[in-house]
Amino acid sequence: MTKRKFIDGLSSKWMVVCLCFFLLLPLAIGAGLVFKSMGLFDGRSIGALIFSSDWSPSEGKFGFWPFILSSLWVTVVALSISIPFCLLASIYLTQFAPRWFLNFMRPVIDILAGIPSVVYGVWGVLVIVPLVSDKIAPFFGTESLGYSILAGALVLAVMSIPYILNMLLEVFRQIPIELGEASLSLGSTKWEMIKHIFLRKGATGIISAFGLGFSKALGETIAVMMVIGNVVQIPSSVFDAGYPLPALVANNYGEMMSIPSYDSALMFGSLLLFVIIITINVLFRYLIYKSEAL
Amino acid sequence: MTLRRKYEEKFFRVLSAIFTLVIVFVLAHIIWSIVEKGFSSLSWDIISKEPQGGFYFGKEGGILNAIAGSFYLAICATILAFLVSLPVALFMNTYLIKYGRTLTGIRFFLDVLWGIPSIVYGAFGFTIMIYFGLKSSLGFGILTVGAMISPIMIRAMDEVLKTTPIGLQEASYALGSTKTETAYKVLFRQALPGFATAILLAFGRGIGDAASVLFTAGYTDYIPRNFSDPTATLPLAIYFQLGSPIPEVQNRAYAAAIILTFTVLVISVSARLLSRNKHKSS
Repeated sequence: MTKRKFIDGLSSKWMVVCLCFFLLLPLAIGAGLVFKSMGLFDGRSIGALIFSSDWSPSEGKFGFWPFILSSLWVTVVALSISIPFCLLASIYLTQFAPRWFLNFMRPVIDILAGIPSVVYGVWGVLVIVPLVSDKIAPFFGTESLGYSILAGALVLAVMSIPYILNMLLEVFRQIPIELGEASLSLGSTKWEMIKHIFLRKGATGIISAFGLGFSKALGETIAVMMVIGNVVQIPSSVFDAGYPLPALVANNYGEMMSIPSYDSALMFGSLLLFVIIITINVLFRYLIYKSEAL
Repeated sequence: MTLRRKYEEKFFRVLSAIFTLVIVFVLAHIIWSIVEKGFSSLSWDIISKEPQGGFYFGKEGGILNAIAGSFYLAICATILAFLVSLPVALFMNTYLIKYGRTLTGIRFFLDVLWGIPSIVYGAFGFTIMIYFGLKSSLGFGILTVGAMISPIMIRAMDEVLKTTPIGLQEASYALGSTKTETAYKVLFRQALPGFATAILLAFGRGIGDAASVLFTAGYTDYIPRNFSDPTATLPLAIYFQLGSPIPEVQNRAYAAAIILTFTVLVISVSARLLSRNKHKSS
């Protein structure tokens, strides 16, 4: 009996230790990144770091504005491509599609979600980059190398579709069916029911799904890095090359030891990413949890 | 008026169907274009040989080092993540099941943790590595990837455990078993088929991720012999080879992409099959 009790006590302590590890992990990540990026704050203000666009590490000048802007551009463009797809596809799958088609789509979404990001990058280099330089840019009467914000955004849009779509399917599934039936019985068409009832009822969930998709797109690294061109500049159109924050961090890890303060700068880049994404996540997850509690 | 409503309905029905089909088409196109491009370079040599001298200039060899490295890394990281995730998931569903608020808080927290991008895990792993004065190695890669995939695994296990009936636990307590015994002997066994899905899900994520291992696992032409050796991984092998100006080497990147894609494909399809079987039986 005592032995069983002893094992029980030991195992429950181990469970608590494991749980505490995960509760402390984000704190540790945040603290570690702050600690490492401290070196950057000697004589530089945080505002100057973020809003300056002067990036010359060898002279000790670190302005993150081009990277922040590139990240925002590519994320916003990617989302504005994937929003209509996700919204309409989720409406079709939950409202119009026959049962077998939904069952057919589930593995499709799974596979899309499972494809590693480097493979999306390869596809981007193979297909999207030539598409942008040969077809889309001439269509709009400009020239582009193809390695551009638009190429990054297209790849990101495809990558974020399964993630957002899954959440939207869940949102539509949770709306009580009686609401729709009441609307139909009053003589509305199916589309009117969706437009007036479902989109309004599910608004919180839908906005959160896109918010979380935004944070996902913002943190995506390898695939974007492969197609976006990686040129330090403030992009003036979607056909320009960009250089988002994750790519900056990933691209320069080899050199970060050779230039003073460079490692601090890269860690500050990760810290920026971490803070932005945690904020977005907490905000929209909170909305989701709130709306589920109703 | 009625006609307009009817046409609006028709219009959106067709439009949404088209958009859905476009998604299917894009998936097919991704797989097709990679297979088409890489199939000619796919050979037994690529899978079975380590890179020889001058491999990255188009000479002899294969990417066995990356394939082996990826599997070592992903399998070990999955085992590690399982060892930490299982107690957490069980703890949440035995000890904390009475405290709904705390439980919601923890789930919320894990979901947020899930959202942290892998590059941040990579950078964090790197700072720790530097702090202890260590070099990038298989062991460190495993730790980083393990930390990254654990929240996914815990939440997936948690979803499975949530569906086990509470009466099962009560019956176990009534017979005089301790919480630990209930957790590991009753709950664990009940949820085992569902756990397989959780494990496969995490494994798939681990093997495909490049950003977190970029700093922490390093890169090498050899198969790692122990945990302190650096290791190559498939995603990085693809990335580096694609960056080469030599077409020969680029083609190998496409071949490697086929290998990686189909590995992940098999994993995610079997995860789905497993979870479907579970739904049928319950």
